[in-house]
Amino acid sequence: MDIRFEKVDFTYQPGTPFETRALFDIDLEVKAGSYTALVGHTGSGKSTLLQHLNALLKPTSGVVTIGDRRITPETDNKNLKPIRKKVGIVFQFPEAQLFEETVAKDIAFGPKNFGVSEEEARKLAAEYLALVGLDETYMERSPFDLSGGQMRRVAIAGVLAMEPEVLVLDEPTAGLDPQGRKEMMEMFQRLHDEKGLTIVLVTHLMDDVADFADYVYVLEKGHIAKCGTPQEVFADVSWVEEKQIGVPTATAFAEKLVAKGFQFDYLPLTAEDLADQLLALGGLSHDE
Amino acid sequence: MMNKLIFGRYIPGDSLIHKLDPRAKLIASFYFIGIIFLANNWQSYLLAGIFTLGCVLVSKISLSFFIRGVKPLIWLIIFTVALQMFFTTGGQVYWSWWIFTLTEFGVTNGIFIFCRFILIIFMSTLLTLTTAPLELSDAIEYILRPLKVVHFPVHEISLMLSIALRFVPTLMDETEKIMNAQRARGVDFGEGNLIQKMKAIIPLLIPLFVSSFNRAEDLATAMEARGYNGGEGRTKYRKLDWHLRDTVTIVIFALFTVGLILLRK
Repeated sequence: MDIRFEKVDFTYQPGTPFETRALFDIDLEVKAGSYTALVGHTGSGKSTLLQHLNALLKPTSGVVTIGDRRITPETDNKNLKPIRKKVGIVFQFPEAQLFEETVAKDIAFGPKNFGVSEEEARKLAAEYLALVGLDETYMERSPFDLSGGQMRRVAIAGVLAMEPEVLVLDEPTAGLDPQGRKEMMEMFQRLHDEKGLTIVLVTHLMDDVADFADYVYVLEKGHIAKCGTPQEVFADVSWVEEKQIGVPTATAFAEKLVAKGFQFDYLPLTAEDLADQLLALGGLSHDE
Repeated sequence: MMNKLIFGRYIPGDSLIHKLDPRAKLIASFYFIGIIFLANNWQSYLLAGIFTLGCVLVSKISLSFFIRGVKPLIWLIIFTVALQMFFTTGGQVYWSWWIFTLTEFGVTNGIFIFCRFILIIFMSTLLTLTTAPLELSDAIEYILRPLKVVHFPVHEISLMLSIALRFVPTLMDETEKIMNAQRARGVDFGEGNLIQKMKAIIPLLIPLFVSSFNRAEDLATAMEARGYNGGEGRTKYRKLDWHLRDTVTIVIFALFTVGLILLRK
């Protein structure tokens, strides 16, 4: 399912003195099966944009096309459920959305809202709880007895259990320990690879962008400042640094080597890239 | 939804009214609500109206704001005015049907009550629009201070008040966030029959309570870690200063009272 933005503007509280414009003339496309990253400064409008992806917000002008539904400023709030089922959003700090008595019930809550039977929802809950790395002993526990990291997993499982076609992640690993971060990101990657899940990732971590995304949008003050593959976006290192979004660690290190006289075939974005190219270079110098 | 609420919001500015001591403003507003009941004929209401309008103009805040502040209460006002109009007897009878009668006294009473409502709302909106919440809580603490004599916990009340005021916007944001998260999980807020609507609130209410508990615990720990141990022996960072203009405000209100008394029958 594709999502497309055409000339989307969004203003908070229009017509009042508290009016603030958050998005300007956004053209954006999320292709089915892609892994798109959204990066930008705090307050650049990422979270506002993200709420347009499942029609929680409607554009003040322009059109958002989600699958075969067109969302315009005139669209009313009825019958948006099918969209919400197809586009699952994991908000920042999703552990704040847990409320049921048991973990199982909380995960089953989403599917049940979309008409899945009680039994089926329970099955889904068990399946996705395992997927996020918690065993079935957690099923009957209260979500409020869990640790922060475990709560986060349950909340994410709750969104995954809705079996969305597009998964939107707003800084899913913020506040997790390195091990938890790695596990989470690898799990999303697996879902992307094996189930063909479309992923939209909002993040401040350029290493994640380099490792996982195949397309990047850079937002700045509500405008799209740049878009392209990670290779294209990070190619102009000085531009990226000027916008204060940073470059992946491997790229930064490669830049230092270039300053010392190294030559790379292409800009390395990940540690593997860098290692491969250094090995090749090393091999060459041995031969000479 | 909550964005439309104007009453109780603060708009920063640098008008004369913004600069007044919050104590003066608080006292003046309450005083105004008291003396508005002195007005009982159209001359006195005209004076009160002009006086209120004058205050609004001095604040340099557009009138449309105040009118919007009235909107949420409009049904309450219409209901009260209608009750007054149809159930007051006396004077010439214009129209009558079943238990409803429209009389001369009823109509004038209705109009007066309408004016009274509008003026009180305007004045209290003026107070909240021009006074920052923390200033207000400082003023309340100061004004309540004499109650210490009867062991009223003035410091605790004012501390709770200022913390509550501080967290209103934070909690509103949080509510919005959780609402969005649950909407994304297929909850329809405000749809269906009454029972369905109430049920839909649970996924919002429980996380809000839980996060409030957590927040309270964190805040208490942070306060203790910074050496807070009650109201005794504390000094104040924000000091209230009473200027000449504050005295002048009170004097103007006193003159206004005299005017009202002279005009009333």
